[in-house]
Amino acid sequence: MALVLNEDEVMLKETAEGFFANKAPVTALRKLRDERDETGFDRALWAEMADMGFAGVVVDEDNGGVDMGFMAAGLLAEQMGRNLSASPFLSTSVLAVTALRASDNAEQKAKWLSAISSGEAVMAVALDEGAKHNPAGIQTRAEKSGNGFKISGAKAMVIDGHVADQMIVAARMDDDQIGLFLVDPKTSGVDVERTIMVDSRNAARVEFDNVEVTGEALLGAGDEVLNKVLSAGRAVVAAELLGAGGAAFESTVAYIKERKQFGKIIGEFQSLQHRASHLYSEYQLARSAVMASLSALDEGDEMASKYCAMAKAKLASFARLAAQEGVQMHGGVGMTDEYDIGLYMKRIRVLQELLGDASYHSDQLAAQNNY
Amino acid sequence: MSDLKQFRAETRAWLAENCPESMRAPVKSDKEMYWGGRRGTFKSEDQKVWFERMRDKGWTAPSWDEKYGGAGLNRAQEQILKQEMKRINARNPLPSFGIWMLGPALLKFGSEEQKLEYLPPIARGEIRWCQGYSEPGAGSDLASLATKAEDKGDHYLVNGQKVWTSYADQADWIFCLVRTDNSGTKHQGISFVLFDMESEGVEARPIKLISGKSPFCETFFNDVKVPKKNLVGEEGQGWNIAKYLLTHEREMIGESPLSRSLSEMAVQQTGTVDGKLPDAFLRGKIAEAEIDDWAMSMTMARMLAEAKAGASLGANSSMLKYYGTELNKRKFELLMDAAGHDGLEWESERSEEGNLARTWLRTKGNSIEGGTSEVQLNIISKHILQLPGA
Repeated sequence: MALVLNEDEVMLKETAEGFFANKAPVTALRKLRDERDETGFDRALWAEMADMGFAGVVVDEDNGGVDMGFMAAGLLAEQMGRNLSASPFLSTSVLAVTALRASDNAEQKAKWLSAISSGEAVMAVALDEGAKHNPAGIQTRAEKSGNGFKISGAKAMVIDGHVADQMIVAARMDDDQIGLFLVDPKTSGVDVERTIMVDSRNAARVEFDNVEVTGEALLGAGDEVLNKVLSAGRAVVAAELLGAGGAAFESTVAYIKERKQFGKIIGEFQSLQHRASHLYSEYQLARSAVMASLSALDEGDEMASKYCAMAKAKLASFARLAAQEGVQMHGGVGMTDEYDIGLYMKRIRVLQELLGDASYHSDQLAAQNNY
Repeated sequence: MSDLKQFRAETRAWLAENCPESMRAPVKSDKEMYWGGRRGTFKSEDQKVWFERMRDKGWTAPSWDEKYGGAGLNRAQEQILKQEMKRINARNPLPSFGIWMLGPALLKFGSEEQKLEYLPPIARGEIRWCQGYSEPGAGSDLASLATKAEDKGDHYLVNGQKVWTSYADQADWIFCLVRTDNSGTKHQGISFVLFDMESEGVEARPIKLISGKSPFCETFFNDVKVPKKNLVGEEGQGWNIAKYLLTHEREMIGESPLSRSLSEMAVQQTGTVDGKLPDAFLRGKIAEAEIDDWAMSMTMARMLAEAKAGASLGANSSMLKYYGTELNKRKFELLMDAAGHDGLEWESERSEEGNLARTWLRTKGNSIEGGTSEVQLNIISKHILQLPGA
């Protein structure tokens, strides 16, 4: 298992640090929010990310990608987490790309992977339906209809679903297996409602009413394909949580080194020192969990899906603590919109929930380990 | 790489051939192990054979140079040996404070003469060492230690008291922190000396713990003569050696003592209903602890990999010690919860003489010995976060 970065990864990390800090800092998110931007992210930024090879970071070279692996995708996500950078990276470059790469539908695969690498296509993966992540409970149906399928059901929390050029929809087929279907949101019977979330980012509620697709729309079926998408998503969300939680932690430590009360710098108080040091320890465990899961994905380790789930659980807990301690240690200013710490708390709350929170994954782990 | 592969293959074959079957099971207590020393006794013929074979191979202290009784293995080879021993659950043939603690200190700070004199008998299990650090008035604030060593020309005259001296009643020699000078700050004037526990004026009395066991002693020194050649490093520079050694100790204490996973042990205690532990709340807490346990083991692996790549562990040893010991305590609390009434039995054969309860109680000391959790958090605050006044 690779728990230290190789030379290429170190270079990518440095590039990504500069890129996101300069091109997509927290002020950029504030601007998108305050101007009520229709897209919810900056399309020019996304085009630049494609030029940099970020959009196709896990796309194979034949389809225009750089194929650097999930460790690289995680490094990018960490920097997006640190800067709260808005882009369709998770929906398009991680979830959709993983679904497409797992597909044996060669034509669709080549077409859409190339479009993603070049930055032309934004894609959304429609998985969850209820208030909580529950892939086992997917009810959307895809009934066989001639040579194609008819899809009916309602999806929620479809990240970037409001602007997606193409959706990948998880639906239960006649044999009860979950299939992944390419659906053009302009098809008749698809109804998309943009949902602006607490973190000023966007998702959608999408209804499918007897939406007709051809047999070519089926990318793949079965638990294995779905699990690949979920595992990749969980590890990359965990990496973004590492960035967001890490930035929340570091800015809080910086703040308590400046703020004075009772004639002292508040960082001199041992009650704060010990909490900050505990949080530092959690941050170290969090980083190891993220690296182990990304590395397991890249190596095709048989433990990969378990590691990704555990990393998602651990990072949800770490980042939650970082956000809560961050606001508390900032005191009154932590409650103001002017300070960034609150924005981190909001983004972390969303990421905690995506693809399963800590409780969900703890429950799943116990079931898998027979207890 | 192929050299290491070959080393692994050879090591695996040698262990398969030479490690007796009965030495491939976990021990229930420290007492079952062979600790060496003048009074060391073997509990079985297999134990003796296993120890002697490992000793002759230099694998009781595998990374030490051959002239010091080791096998001169490099870091990667040593790691492979550890992994291969773990793979077959091979017991440590010679647990030893001499190997874990004094050895690294002598290798770094000792003279060549001292290394040649003291290291080989440690690796051969002939001399058993104990550590004289804490005192009644110097626990967390170790540097305030008061045991006095007066300069008497060719020797020091040592007077004072140590506490929490592990196995002082069974050890042959002690490595000890003493005060040789009172004039500077408390960190100055500390020296690191070695002496025989059979010297006149040394007395060790066991302390009974809440677990009912007595691995520690109070140790008294009354006009003990210590030859000057037994000073390690320079006079007054003992604090640097102490800090270095504490780092080693912290890494050891941070390791998990469980031979099976927490959930396996919990399932064995309470059984399952429909494949789940009957107490849903406990089940969730165990799952959380298992996730933390995994993240902790990945962190130890990551920091080891970083150290191999040349980074220094530095104050992160405090982080590992803090998190590892707190996690241990959490895991044993959960095991006691799972065991319920059965876990409370103290003397029955059924409970292996209260093994779980005694181990649970012992873990409480992990976050105290080697620097309390609070001291570790102070170190992180000061050296890593660089908070003011820490």
